[in-house]
Amino acid sequence: MKKKVDLLQGTLDVMVLQTLSVMGPLHGYGIARRIEQTSGDQVVLNQGTIYAALVRLQQRGWIAAAWGASENNRKAKFYSITRRGLKQLAAETDQWRKLADVMGRVLSVEPGGEQ
Amino acid sequence: MRRRERDEDLEAEIATHLEYSMEEYLRQGMSVEEARRRALVELGGIEQAKELHRDSRGLPFLDTLFQDTRHGLRTLRRDAGLALFAVLVTGLGVGASSTVFNVVNALMLRPLPFDDPERLVWIANDLGEGMSAQTVQVSNLLEFRSQNQSFSDVAAYFAFYGVGDSKLTGTGEPERLTNVPVSENFFPLLGVKPVLGRQFSADECKWNGPRAVLLTHGFWVRRFASDGGIVGRPLTLNGNPVTVVGVLPASFDFGAVFAPGTHVDLFSPFPLTKETNRWGNTLGLVGRLKPGVGLGAAQAEAAVLGKHISDSDRNRNALRPALTMLHEHVSGSFRSTMVLLVCAVGMVMLIVCANLSNLLLARSATRQKEMAIRAALGAGRGRLIRQMLTESLMLATCGAALGLLMATAATRVLVRFDAISIPLLSQVRVDGPALGFALLIAVATGIAFGLMPALRVSSLSLHDTLKESSRGSTEGQSHGWIRRTLVVCEIAFACMLLAGAGLLIRSLTRVLHVNLGFEPQSAAAVRIDPNSGYSTQTRRNSYFDEALRRVRSTPGIHGAGLTDALPLGRNRSWGLAPKGRTFTRDNYPEAYVRIISDGYFQAMGIAMVEGRDFAPTDTPESEPVIIVNETLAKRMWPGESAVGKLMQTDRPERRVVGVVRDVRHLALEKDAGMEMYLPMRQTNDYSMVDLVVRGIHTPAGLAAAVRSALIPLDPTLPANEFRSIQGLVDKSVSPRRFLVVLLAGFAGFALILAALGIYGVISYSVNQRQQEIGIRMALGASAGDVQRSVLMQTIRLAAVGMALGLVASWVLGRLIRGLLYDVGASDPVAFGAMLVALGLVASLAGYLPARRASKLDPVVALRAE
Repeated sequence: MKKKVDLLQGTLDVMVLQTLSVMGPLHGYGIARRIEQTSGDQVVLNQGTIYAALVRLQQRGWIAAAWGASENNRKAKFYSITRRGLKQLAAETDQWRKLADVMGRVLSVEPGGEQ
Repeated sequence: MRRRERDEDLEAEIATHLEYSMEEYLRQGMSVEEARRRALVELGGIEQAKELHRDSRGLPFLDTLFQDTRHGLRTLRRDAGLALFAVLVTGLGVGASSTVFNVVNALMLRPLPFDDPERLVWIANDLGEGMSAQTVQVSNLLEFRSQNQSFSDVAAYFAFYGVGDSKLTGTGEPERLTNVPVSENFFPLLGVKPVLGRQFSADECKWNGPRAVLLTHGFWVRRFASDGGIVGRPLTLNGNPVTVVGVLPASFDFGAVFAPGTHVDLFSPFPLTKETNRWGNTLGLVGRLKPGVGLGAAQAEAAVLGKHISDSDRNRNALRPALTMLHEHVSGSFRSTMVLLVCAVGMVMLIVCANLSNLLLARSATRQKEMAIRAALGAGRGRLIRQMLTESLMLATCGAALGLLMATAATRVLVRFDAISIPLLSQVRVDGPALGFALLIAVATGIAFGLMPALRVSSLSLHDTLKESSRGSTEGQSHGWIRRTLVVCEIAFACMLLAGAGLLIRSLTRVLHVNLGFEPQSAAAVRIDPNSGYSTQTRRNSYFDEALRRVRSTPGIHGAGLTDALPLGRNRSWGLAPKGRTFTRDNYPEAYVRIISDGYFQAMGIAMVEGRDFAPTDTPESEPVIIVNETLAKRMWPGESAVGKLMQTDRPERRVVGVVRDVRHLALEKDAGMEMYLPMRQTNDYSMVDLVVRGIHTPAGLAAAVRSALIPLDPTLPANEFRSIQGLVDKSVSPRRFLVVLLAGFAGFALILAALGIYGVISYSVNQRQQEIGIRMALGASAGDVQRSVLMQTIRLAAVGMALGLVASWVLGRLIRGLLYDVGASDPVAFGAMLVALGLVASLAGYLPARRASKLDPVVALRAE
């Protein structure tokens, strides 16, 4: 049970950072919606986990939070990415790309021979 | 507070989220309820979200700590017996550790209570044994002080002060006080400033200058009730008026540093003049190094300077300075004792941890189900370990609190113990470092005995423990070796402590049985210095005659005599030479000298070997006589009888009229050296007179009898200070006895814990093996067979422990050889006693489970799980 949560925690963090860096400051609902959209509805999120992730990212100093008013004047907590967060995002993006690259090559080897 | 804020924050955020979500669904055309339901489903459960949120928040550590503590309290209350035992045992261990720490802190770690104490140096003369060989003459001090480059200043005190030398008369009860004469710069050099009044002035430090005294704080509080007007008041000391010029601070304790076990009441100025120079070697020196000068450099310079000064004037005593840092001089000789105590207490703590670890391991077996359920509910291994460590830390902290109370009480007792002549003992107290140490020990202990059970419990897999039949001998086996190892360690440590205690007890017995040369029982001494009214020798002699006559005629008193120095107190030595022989200054024979009256030997129980005692016929007009001890007789006149020979000491000729047995007057462990006795009627050179009586009463009874006999003669006889001779001997042995008591206490405690450890392990093993025992009994084994097999198991366990312990004790014996007296490092009696004690205790500990096993009903045992 614990292992699944671990995996999702790491990937969710990256997704949130990416969303914030592209979209600018956003509230919790907006972030969750956006992730669902950009992943082409492939990711079925337990939206409650978003808030846990947001607190984690806040603690590590990668995002900052502030109360503000939304489009229709509703009071909402807006999150924005910090400079440290941008650096972290860049590092993680790099790592994901490398991983995808390697996995792609390894998994494309045909059984019984070379490529 | 902040927790509620954050909860409210989160509530608000979730509310907003739901609103947005609902809006979208409403836009899609759902009904309000449907929209709400979908939104909630999508959010995935508010409570879980909140829980996840809370989990990731800051300070989860504190939350879980409170949770763990509450849970731990509940668990411990269920097992109150175990908890109580753990707290008690930890308390005793921590109490012992804290007390030892306080003593070590006071003696070794804390700097001396003076200004800049690391630059203070003790400067002794290195001419031999005895006070006269280790003190410095006034002229030598003055030369040294002016010529050396290493010290910014050198101060001195008169080392031959007599305890109770100063008789206070006048208003109030007459009282004997101890006065230490010091040089003018003594207090300024140490950085001691009077709380009232001032230091001595230069005038007061001149020969025959105005008489002044500085009072110690304790004396001022006791005798003058902290009267602020004491400065400038005159007192009558030994018939002379002196002025009080000041009161010293309470933090200054001369005895603690320079004369352990002595109370000093006041200080007077000691003139460094040609008059005091005539007294020979009299001074103890303390120097302050200049900044940047090291001890080695100072010692090198002092050696050269000493030779130069000695050679420059052949009439002076030689000067061979030996420098040690003052702290080292004060407590250096106790270092090995302190190290031994620290090791002993460390072993005790290890035994405590091993014992408690074993107990908790046994208990962990019953908690496995609980842990398994928690693991199934999502607790990680770290969480479980944290829970168990919290419990053990709670036990350890409670135990430490109890231990701290015990240590405070013990420290208070120690400080009042005048009877132990260990330096700086009065400075032992419970302060910041002591509390810090107790806390450290508590945490270390808690982790030490909690870690093993915690690791063990949390590593067991889910499946095995949730199954009903959790008896499994395999599981017992894996637990078993750890617990058995712990018990073996306990036994080995207990062995070491017992062996150490045994060796020291044997040493103490040997020391107490040494042939002292005199008989301390039934003897006591009291000061009867003739007051200043007896100004001439004749009058003093008749005073002595009268006093002795009165005391000897008191019923119940068998013998009485006078002396100027009791054994095991201060001593002094003079040069001597048999008539006709000459010696160079460097190998001039020296002997310890005592001025006594007739009857002294009988009163002290010193045996006469040859010749006769002094008699009333040895007067100033008759031939000067002297009595020597066996060592002197053998060394100066080897092979012949010393009686009748002539020798030179304070007079050009004294005739030897008697030879007595050697007396161990320096210390019980040290040989006598050469001793000589001069008759009180034929010399003036004494500063105090002790009356020694031997009788059938107790010392208190003797005191009363003597007082009533002497009061008519001297109405100002002070009430205090009847010392029993046995008391002198006891005080001299007190540091050794102190160590023995402590170590024996530790060893006893260790023995009990080892016994409990053995009992625990064997008992547990019997429980685990109930089925096996049942089978054996069903197959025909008798109760006796079962009992024997359990006992054999116990003995095997104990034997391993004792074998290890024996080797370790052998090593220990070698290491503490310096503390032993007349006892081999592997003394068979001590080691044998240790083995017997442990063997008996182990057998007893194993006997109870053995009996229980033999009483098992096979039917019940077979069905046991």
